[in-house]
Amino acid sequence: MTTNGSTATPPVLTPAVLTPTVLIIGGGPSGLRAAAELAPRVPGEVLVLERESTAGGIPRHSDHPGYGIRDMGTFMGGPKYAGILRDRALKAGARILTNATVTDWAGDRSVNVTMPEGRVRVDADVVVLATGARERPRTARLIPGDRGQGVYTTGQLQNIVHLKHGTVGKRAVIVGAELVSWSAAMTLQHVKCKTVLMTTEYPKPDAYRLFSGPGKFFFKTRVSTRTRVTRIIGKPQVQAVEIENIDTGQRRTVACDTVILTGDWIPDHELARAAGIDIDAASKAPVVDAALRTNRPGIFAIGNALHPVDTADVAALDGAAVADHVIAHLSGRRPSGTAISLKAEAPFRWVAPAILRQDDPAPPRRRLLLWTDTYVPFPTVVLHQNGRVIARKRLWWPAAPGRVFRVPSSILQHINWEAGPVTIGLAN
Amino acid sequence: MSNTQTRTYDVAVIGAGIVGSAIARKLAGYQLSIALVDARDDVGDGTSKANTAILHTGFDAKPGTLESRMVREGYRLLSEYAKATGIPVEHTGAVLVAWDQEQVNALPGLKDKAEENGYDKTEIMDAAEVYRLLPHLGKGALAGLSVPDESIICTWTTNLALATDAVQRGTELLLGRWVSGIETDKANRITHLKTGIDRVSAHWVINAAGLGGDTIDQLFGYDRFHITPRRGELLVYDKQARPLVDKIVLPVPTALGKGVLVSPTIYGNVMLGPTAEDLTDRTDTGTSESGFSFLRGKGEKIMPRLLEEEITATYAGLRAASDYPDYLIEVDTEQQYVLVGGIRSTGLTSGIAVAEYVDGLLKHSGAIKLVERVDMPEAPHMPNIGEAFLRPYQDAARIAKDPAYGKIVCFCERVTAGEIRDTFTSPIPPRTLDGLRRRTRAQNGRCQGFFCGAEVAELLETRGQSLTPANTAATRLSTPGTAK
Ligand SMILES: Cc1cc2nc3c(=O)[nH]c(=O)nc-3n(C[C@H](O)[C@H](O)[C@H](O)COP(=O)(O)OP(=O)(O)OC[C@H]3O[C@@H](n4cnc5c(N)ncnc54)[C@H](O)[C@@H]3O)c2cc1C
Ligand SMILES: Cc1cc2nc3c(=O)[nH]c(=O)nc-3n(C[C@H](O)[C@H](O)[C@H](O)COP(=O)(O)OP(=O)(O)OC[C@H]3O[C@@H](n4cnc5c(N)ncnc54)[C@H](O)[C@@H]3O)c2cc1C
Repeated sequence: MTTNGSTATPPVLTPAVLTPTVLIIGGGPSGLRAAAELAPRVPGEVLVLERESTAGGIPRHSDHPGYGIRDMGTFMGGPKYAGILRDRALKAGARILTNATVTDWAGDRSVNVTMPEGRVRVDADVVVLATGARERPRTARLIPGDRGQGVYTTGQLQNIVHLKHGTVGKRAVIVGAELVSWSAAMTLQHVKCKTVLMTTEYPKPDAYRLFSGPGKFFFKTRVSTRTRVTRIIGKPQVQAVEIENIDTGQRRTVACDTVILTGDWIPDHELARAAGIDIDAASKAPVVDAALRTNRPGIFAIGNALHPVDTADVAALDGAAVADHVIAHLSGRRPSGTAISLKAEAPFRWVAPAILRQDDPAPPRRRLLLWTDTYVPFPTVVLHQNGRVIARKRLWWPAAPGRVFRVPSSILQHINWEAGPVTIGLAN
Repeated sequence: MSNTQTRTYDVAVIGAGIVGSAIARKLAGYQLSIALVDARDDVGDGTSKANTAILHTGFDAKPGTLESRMVREGYRLLSEYAKATGIPVEHTGAVLVAWDQEQVNALPGLKDKAEENGYDKTEIMDAAEVYRLLPHLGKGALAGLSVPDESIICTWTTNLALATDAVQRGTELLLGRWVSGIETDKANRITHLKTGIDRVSAHWVINAAGLGGDTIDQLFGYDRFHITPRRGELLVYDKQARPLVDKIVLPVPTALGKGVLVSPTIYGNVMLGPTAEDLTDRTDTGTSESGFSFLRGKGEKIMPRLLEEEITATYAGLRAASDYPDYLIEVDTEQQYVLVGGIRSTGLTSGIAVAEYVDGLLKHSGAIKLVERVDMPEAPHMPNIGEAFLRPYQDAARIAKDPAYGKIVCFCERVTAGEIRDTFTSPIPPRTLDGLRRRTRAQNGRCQGFFCGAEVAELLETRGQSLTPANTAATRLSTPGTAK
């Protein structure tokens, strides 16, 4: 029986409870890669729930080259990269449901989901949180002034330009000078919006030299260091920003009709917090051990939900790494031995993983991930335990604000597993 | 004027805020033709959109004033109206906290004052009881006064419900019309309102123009009161702060105003504010560095734990502070003109009572024929955007009937494509992004558009048509979960 022209055919609601073995929340690079690895190895179903209408995460709308280096060994644009990850997950036998938002927990490893087919419960043996991170908007950064239109995060900008083929203004100020800021500059260039200024609170631009040198030239963009935005002026459309030199306190206004707020990441950690999972005070990400386990049994976390933020390839490689640990968990293996905490010390803001055990495997890519607040060109990393230096390591790459600083996990071999918490910092 | 509304209305109400909308609704219950005129592109786009959204008992009003009476009656009337129309209200109750001995000493006086205002349910509490009710309150509270009936309400839905009701009763909503002058036709007892785009003519004019009230009043030859825009800035914290506090936390009021409060919001957040700062610019709803740091300083004392959470929204509203010490509501039968002025910091609560009061004055004057309509349409039923009540995304039955309610567009606030679509077929459809935000909460959440901004903008452009999830909702779930 059909109704007269009505498009809203009630969807099939069976079963209203799904029971995959592994539920992956979030279909970005980390979640899709985890699904591709797990699907062939898990007896039951591997289900990815993605709230957007297409899986792929941030790369879907990050339409510029720069993806796939470490995980695929090539260099390609975001949308293509997202497509490959999607195809691989599907080919491997994972099931991806899009337009499916996980809204809350229904049990220890059970969630409620809203999708056009209905309100569904998903009961799984293992849950992997792969929910990603977002940039803090104007409000969270407490930038005062008029409520003029034209203030965006990079995420919103790229959604407008690359997914909806829309446009923004003509003269932009980009707040931030890290990797994602240059990504924003590329998107602006694509819609012929001139970047008149980039600002950073740091003493030097934070992105790779690749960008800050040639990038500056290429985009003909000035970068104002030690600068913060103190006010947005103009309504209904933005007309200018007021900026301040942090050292001198001097202020001036810069005319623009578009402001892009970049970086300043926060993980989408709401589900993790709602589950009572321990959250790192600085990164606001769930605290995990080297096997990417949270403190809630059977709940893992990967990708930018864990380290806000790293590049997509590293997120994807988290997904590859978590597969072994999920399989181990499914076969009954549980963490053993005393857990000791690893704490970040200035200039580091946070470190992941932050829970260490003697019996745990190495972290993904045998790397500790850290975030630094100051630029250190030739860092010597130091581990302290009980007030004593237990390890030191000179690294050949800089610690730079605005991107993840990686430290080989071999440094952990000097830990005395009986001697309590360890801190990681730099030799001065 | 090139354009002229050809008809002459019986009544033109200037101002489609809560007060003007309530008055238009009330008068549209008579056999009268009504125009509701506003400068903005939407109803409720003035002070009524940016306040602390508390449904006041009126316990702390100045006894004997018109304001005290209007707030008390408004509390009852709006509570009933909210029930009938589905405006979300949560009866959280309030605790007024005393932080020093002087404030402790003031509590008995406040209790007496509440009783004089006809509210006898306040109780003085010791510090232990205060901390039992508010475990996350900062250190140093000495005592408190409980006000069990203070409530939180959705000010946007309140304004929209009243205006929708007015429109359904036949009121003509004339938006985008800034009234800049009047012409009077004494012979026919008509006042022509000059607006930017046309002329609106009516036998009676009701001035409910909020911040613009004194200016309009002057057009009618008066100089009775003067408005100073008193800005109030607010910070709205992330929903994850909501477990910290489930009551309104009030300070002891001072001569300067009600002071800074911490309160749950009807959308499931926590707000901190407002400031009180006299300005000269009646349109300056911007936020300021000094306002933010003042509020954070207050928050540090009231609830330090709150400051660890992320800030989701910041905004500022302008109270129509007046040099006249009370509401100023008067009928001029000669000019067929009514002033509803000085509705300062309590107009959300009192709006419906003010409309009743105006109705009473008009009846009493005998200057206008008020004949009740027999064919009165029902009150509207408003979509729920309150966090404490069933939202479409949670409503399995509703999603089963229409999959558009299962397609979440704004992830942070869980607003569905169905809700957005519905606004465009409602009696007062949104014309702007802000209008859509006030009707649905779309893009009001913690990401402020990082994820959904582009999608919401497209939905606004296509009037809700760009997403038809009915098509995407295949029978994806009908295959057993183990299929590979
Ligand atoms: C502007 C920009 C430019 C970038 N450029 C590069 C680059 O050139 N090269 C590079 O390598 N990296 C780049 N990155 C970083 C890269 O995009 C991220 O590292 C990568 O996307 C992280 O993957 P993820 O899976 O952890 O998270 P995401 O890609 O953020 O995916 C998380 C997914 O989870 C979904 N989700 C979240 N919560 C729920 C829920 N409750 N229910 C259902 N689904 C949910 C989200 O919708 C999202 O699709 C860039 C990032 C940005 C913002
Ligand atoms: C920070 C703050 C906190 C508050 N907290 C509360 C609270 O918790 N509880 C409470 O009950 N009240 C509160 N209030 C007060 C309440 O918000 C107001 O009293 C109420 O909104 C007033 O409604 P109104 O209709 O009189 O004014 P408005 O909502 O301002 O409406 C007036 C309308 O008139 C229009 N207008 C003005 N001039 C002209 C013109 N010349 N031509 C055409 N149109 C014109 C404007 O566009 C506007 O839409 C608060 C106010 C503020 C600022």
